[in-house]
Amino acid sequence: MTAVARTLPTAGGPSRAARWRRKNLTFDKITFAAVFLGIPLVVYAVLVLSPFVQAVYYSLTSWSGFDTNQAFIGLGNYARAFQDDVFVTAVRNSVTLVLVLPIVIIALAIALASLVTIGGASSGPVRGVRGGEFYRVLLFFPYIIPAIAVGIMWGQIYDPSNGLLNGILTSVGLKDFASYPWLGDARTAMAATMFVMVWASVGFYVVIFVAAIKALPAEVFEAARLDGAGRFRIATRITVPMLRANIRTSLIYTGIFSLDAFVFMSALNAGGGPQNSTLVISQELFKTAFTKGQFGYACAMGVVLAAITLLFAGIVFLVDRLTGGAEDLSEE
Amino acid sequence: MTTSQVARAAVLPRAGRTRRSVPTGERVVGGVSQAVLIVCAVVVVLPFLWTIMSSFKTTNQVLNSPFSLPDRLHLENYANAWTQAGIGQFFANTLVVVGGALVLTMVMGSMCAYFLARFRFFGNRAVYLLMVAGLTFPIFLAIVPLFFILKGLGLLGTLPGLAITYSAFALPFTVFFMVPFFRALPASVTEAASLDGAGEWRTFFQVMVPMARPAIATLSILNFVGLWNQFLLPVALNPDQRKYVLTQGMAAFAGTAGYSIDFGALFAAVVMTIVPVLIVYLVFQRALSGSVVIGADK
Repeated sequence: MTAVARTLPTAGGPSRAARWRRKNLTFDKITFAAVFLGIPLVVYAVLVLSPFVQAVYYSLTSWSGFDTNQAFIGLGNYARAFQDDVFVTAVRNSVTLVLVLPIVIIALAIALASLVTIGGASSGPVRGVRGGEFYRVLLFFPYIIPAIAVGIMWGQIYDPSNGLLNGILTSVGLKDFASYPWLGDARTAMAATMFVMVWASVGFYVVIFVAAIKALPAEVFEAARLDGAGRFRIATRITVPMLRANIRTSLIYTGIFSLDAFVFMSALNAGGGPQNSTLVISQELFKTAFTKGQFGYACAMGVVLAAITLLFAGIVFLVDRLTGGAEDLSEE
Repeated sequence: MTTSQVARAAVLPRAGRTRRSVPTGERVVGGVSQAVLIVCAVVVVLPFLWTIMSSFKTTNQVLNSPFSLPDRLHLENYANAWTQAGIGQFFANTLVVVGGALVLTMVMGSMCAYFLARFRFFGNRAVYLLMVAGLTFPIFLAIVPLFFILKGLGLLGTLPGLAITYSAFALPFTVFFMVPFFRALPASVTEAASLDGAGEWRTFFQVMVPMARPAIATLSILNFVGLWNQFLLPVALNPDQRKYVLTQGMAAFAGTAGYSIDFGALFAAVVMTIVPVLIVYLVFQRALSGSVVIGADK
């Protein structure tokens, strides 16, 4: 508490900062600082920050949790991880997810958001297709529903003999799908899972991009249209470049979402799917820690997951910079 | 849409159409756009309708005639899910945990954001960045040490422990969105309050909180949805079945697997998990998408 109070007075600007000079530190102000900043910070430090730091340390030990033996084994867990076929498969699947999902989700979201906002008839004022607002509200629906409920629902939809999907396919004459196991066949399990993840999350990004497009000056679109640009050209040459910052942020969030994927995998194929085709790092980590009790090893997997997340974010920023970053608007 | 916009949208295209005939390509593109959105809407809605329909059938009907309408509304599915599958108990646990976590998150989040937004002190920027960094770390990295920290504090597998952990992980998001909001409030208000003799505490609770009501409301809704849907934290940190929260109980119920499972009750359980968030969404839809818009700008 005193540490917090001591950091408060600074030689800052006149009005507000002046109130925090030492001689003004009344009881009111000290308790205020201690409670307002102190309590949230302590909770955050103990329950959020410290576990991250500890995980990095545990990843260098052979700790199995319930005994006190935390032998320091350096990078031993990491060496083991990359010789572990199951874990390597999990890494490959996670990387596949993070390479595919963000691009699919954001491309689809931008396309739908463009339809909703500027896809309407190209005479008259720039506007969306009829009922755009309704679609925006509707598409957001899946996002607010607990992911586990989404997963269980789709698990039933994909059910080989009683599921909605095969029911629809057979009713339109595709009899080959009468009992096709979408989640039980290694060829389709991952794609089917990805579809569910897109279904669950795309609406959120539609809402984000609708808001971002509406915030753009309408004159830009009107001018482009006067110059003879069609809807597709407007979307690719004007909307996308102007939304660059939103796209970058959204890519990173969808990347984190793709690398987690734990809920969806637990609901659709808890065991990792046929031939581990949908096994992801988060699942393998959870099993290693809470079923096998190998906590040091599990933490090493967590560090690998964090490293992939950072790498992905780094690539997004790098590509953004290489393709022109903030300057490109003047070129358009 | 305001009425004038609606009027404009309704009048202008027709005026345009009379002046020069709409080209065929134009009509095709318009039709395709509308068709794409209709297909998407169906893909979103159909699974829900099918789930709701199935929740009123017996397991036998679900397995043997998955596409026919239920012969009558088998409400016993809901009763079975509520009592036998324990959804009722899980529901009560969830209300306690999410309610507690929501209050904690909003109180701690707005206090912390207010302090970071309105007071200069050494390390302000560092604290803010440390908070925001919490938004990007994969929670999986923290989960193992977190288990043992809660165990050490005697909070593992308790509802209060779960609530405080939920709110700790919801803090970065809350602070991230509240800081710009408090920053935007005019400084003259606090100065006036201070001249009138209000201390920092009174200024916050009697002046700032009422002014921040819109932001607090939208963030409460967003946090409610996020906390209600929380899955990894309870699965890892709440092993006692009597204390399961809804998402966790759902997974366990679905995971009992095999054909022994009561499918009608499973669908009923899914519907009951969805309904609360759906109600919140429909009631607060405008505010909710509005707050997502705030976030999109950052």
